[in-house]
Amino acid sequence: MNDMKIVAAVAGPTGDRPRSDLKVTYQPGSEALSIDVSSKVDYLYGEAINAAVKRVVESFNVETGELVVNDGGAVEWVILARVETCLRRAGFDGEGVLPEAAPNAGAVTSRDRLRRSRLYVPGNQPKLMQSAGLYGADGIILDLEDSVPPAEKDGARILVRNALIAMDWGSSERMVRVNQGSAGIADLEEIGSHNPHVVLLPKIEAPAQVKQAADCLEVAGRGYEIFLMPILESPLGIHRAFEIAAAEPSIVALTLGLEDLSAELGAPRTEEGVESFLARQTTVYAARAAGVQPIASVYSDIADEEGLAAYIVRERGLGFDGIGCIHPRQIPIVHRELTPTEAQVERAIRIVAAAREAEKRGLGAVALGSKMVDPPVVKQAFRTVDLAVSGGVLAADWDEVEK
Amino acid sequence: MSSFERNAAGRLVPTEVNGRKSVPFAGVGGHRPTGRKAAPTIATCLDYPEDGDKRANSISEALKKVGLKDGMVISSHHHLRNGDLVANAVFDAAADMGVKDLMWFPSASFPVHANQLQHLESGVIHHIEGSMNGPLGAYCSEGKMRGLGVLRSHGGRWQAIQDGEVHIDVAVIAAPTADPFGNATGDRGPAGCGLLGFALADSIYADKVIIVTDNLVPFPCIPWQIQGNNVDVVVEVPSIGDPAKIVSGTTRVTQSPDRLRIAELAARFCADAGIMKPGFSFQAGAGGTTLAFALYLRDLMRSAGVTARFARGGSNQYMTAMLEEGLIDYILDGQTFDLEGVRSMHEDPRHINTSPFTSYNFHGKGNFASMVDVAVLGATEVDMNFNGNVVTHSDGRLLHGVGGWQNCLASKCAMLLVPSFRDRIPVIVDEVTTVCGPGELIDVVVTERGIAINPRRQDLLDAVAGSDLPIKPIEELKAELDRICGVPGKVEKTEDPVAVVKWVDGTIIDTVWRVG
Repeated sequence: MNDMKIVAAVAGPTGDRPRSDLKVTYQPGSEALSIDVSSKVDYLYGEAINAAVKRVVESFNVETGELVVNDGGAVEWVILARVETCLRRAGFDGEGVLPEAAPNAGAVTSRDRLRRSRLYVPGNQPKLMQSAGLYGADGIILDLEDSVPPAEKDGARILVRNALIAMDWGSSERMVRVNQGSAGIADLEEIGSHNPHVVLLPKIEAPAQVKQAADCLEVAGRGYEIFLMPILESPLGIHRAFEIAAAEPSIVALTLGLEDLSAELGAPRTEEGVESFLARQTTVYAARAAGVQPIASVYSDIADEEGLAAYIVRERGLGFDGIGCIHPRQIPIVHRELTPTEAQVERAIRIVAAAREAEKRGLGAVALGSKMVDPPVVKQAFRTVDLAVSGGVLAADWDEVEK
Repeated sequence: MSSFERNAAGRLVPTEVNGRKSVPFAGVGGHRPTGRKAAPTIATCLDYPEDGDKRANSISEALKKVGLKDGMVISSHHHLRNGDLVANAVFDAAADMGVKDLMWFPSASFPVHANQLQHLESGVIHHIEGSMNGPLGAYCSEGKMRGLGVLRSHGGRWQAIQDGEVHIDVAVIAAPTADPFGNATGDRGPAGCGLLGFALADSIYADKVIIVTDNLVPFPCIPWQIQGNNVDVVVEVPSIGDPAKIVSGTTRVTQSPDRLRIAELAARFCADAGIMKPGFSFQAGAGGTTLAFALYLRDLMRSAGVTARFARGGSNQYMTAMLEEGLIDYILDGQTFDLEGVRSMHEDPRHINTSPFTSYNFHGKGNFASMVDVAVLGATEVDMNFNGNVVTHSDGRLLHGVGGWQNCLASKCAMLLVPSFRDRIPVIVDEVTTVCGPGELIDVVVTERGIAINPRRQDLLDAVAGSDLPIKPIEELKAELDRICGVPGKVEKTEDPVAVVKWVDGTIIDTVWRVG
């Protein structure tokens, strides 16, 4: 086994038989490798689990020692990830065994896609990932940063890589929040070639940090364009908001993290948010100036639906296009509050119709009755119609119906 | 062992159970017993004290007084749930008396009743006819019980008592409040549990009835739910149950996003299908998902300005709040799941206590279950034919009792609210491990991945056509699970029966086999 130092290792959550997850333990030894798999679902999936474990073991050329797998009903892509993590931690080197791709793993996205809601899911909790795609969030963020403890970063990275391949993302945009610094680079290298749509970059304070990530993704992503969303979380980041927002052409949105910012400011986060007003407004100005979407921070009290609704109205009023969600039940509220009212939609439709009519007739100016409509108002009307369609208050084929 | 026969559900069932000839399931509505109902022995008031004081000093003394003998049937009720101290004490006393081969006939058992394992082992209890889960379920599933377990619905238990399939020798009724004559109630007292409906048949049909209480009041105990005129002996004990455990953990609304989604989809289905209309009725149980269903339904009712004529409980704080808000005219309650339910039943005349007789009984002249517009239920498995399983885990082990589940299938729309899989174990399967409910009665299956409507219910399919709910064929749900979880292997069944599941009419719908 050449000159690698092989050590005892463990992967997976603590606790004997974690639900929908598994614990993998490796003990080095000179005897031929023994594999001991026990599972609460062995009567249904025993053979499949053994086969999955063996594939990883073979890929990492593990020939001696003792491997113990205690499974609490994890699906295959989780099993593959946990075994790989354990073997890497033990000091083995090899190719990870990738799971079978989900039918929609090749989904594409676009720069101007709606990003009203984005659901944060911890990157080391597969049980929570299983259904993330069911909630209709505009985006799902598998988080490798704050929700993953330092000792689990490596395991989460492999899990998220497999989730990008095998998880059902539904109609949501595929997002990953990576770590800062070298851990972040390792994250980008691991996930880059598995079709992340948007990568969120935490605690950005300088354009160079964005550039580094973009360069790394260009290599890892094998030429696919991967969009970026820098997160401003410090006074310095806010100070350089525009430079950061305009740092790279792959940036599609700019957001901010109020918890960290409040800590750095020494001003506790309040419901009114007076302490962060400048930061929030600066983020919106910078994003708009750079032609990217301004996205607001999360609202952390999941039980307070009225508070969330008020928060969204306030942030929308500042110019934000979207909000972070930390629980699926926040998503419908976000969509509802960011969906235009009936009166707004009606007016927008009239403007859009007038604009099309004007274009058809080759007129430069759009008129509604006897009143001229300014170009920015026309642009806003198109956006309102888009939002109404995504928000489900206007049929996608509204203009067909009209004809 | 007796021989087996394939029943109308296609399942192999024994033709004889615990020495009695049994009838295989003949299809829904396919079995009609005739003859006269069973009755207890004739009693004479001359044999009872004129002053109405029927007290004995202890459970042992009471058991001696009613003449407990080897081989008798002792019944108990489960309104005290996991806080029950009485059923255990009864068999402990029987063991001290040296009595053997008893049949325990509880309306349900709980983890606290693991105490009975020692009595099964020592021969005091011969077998159990009632729900078995936890350690008792494991004991039975491993084939260690001497007789066959018999699982019945709440309604089926009444049916079995009424048509003489089970004769209760001694009914022991734990009563939160009682008087020395034997009038008893569950709606007050330190161990208040709301009502005693599950013990009602026992009080009427058993040869001997013992009331055990920790809150003896002077005659008369007003109002009473159990009539003292049916009671032989009253025993006062320091405590009949731990109130903290009477209210079980099942009354918390789920926080799981998946389950909330299931509950919300189910409530929206009721609205979109037109079930939620003025004067409708619904039944929602105690599980976290069904509680959440009631909350979503409440919100939809509020915004549509719709009120329900009645709701069938398991009552809980959410249902009583709806009653108080005026969203429900009446609660017809089969059991109370939390202290708010107990309080409401005690104080609010619109909150009525019911029994399996009024609600579910097969031998009644009609019952409430079939009048309910929609009932939401759980399940461990549902198959491609919409057959449902509620008693066994997918490995064949006994997991739950039938409860009112089978009876509620009689409602106009029976909905199963289930996650599509649990820890990789698919809930939507090719064929259920144990058939508890025939597919023709299960109308809608709601999972977090979509809603499947039974193709037999074209009316429901039509009613929700055009709705934006995620409605898909059950086969499509199954295919999704096969991709996510992998295609499950087949579990081999042994050839040794350990229990049977009765249908509501007393026929055998399926067999539970020893786990390999």
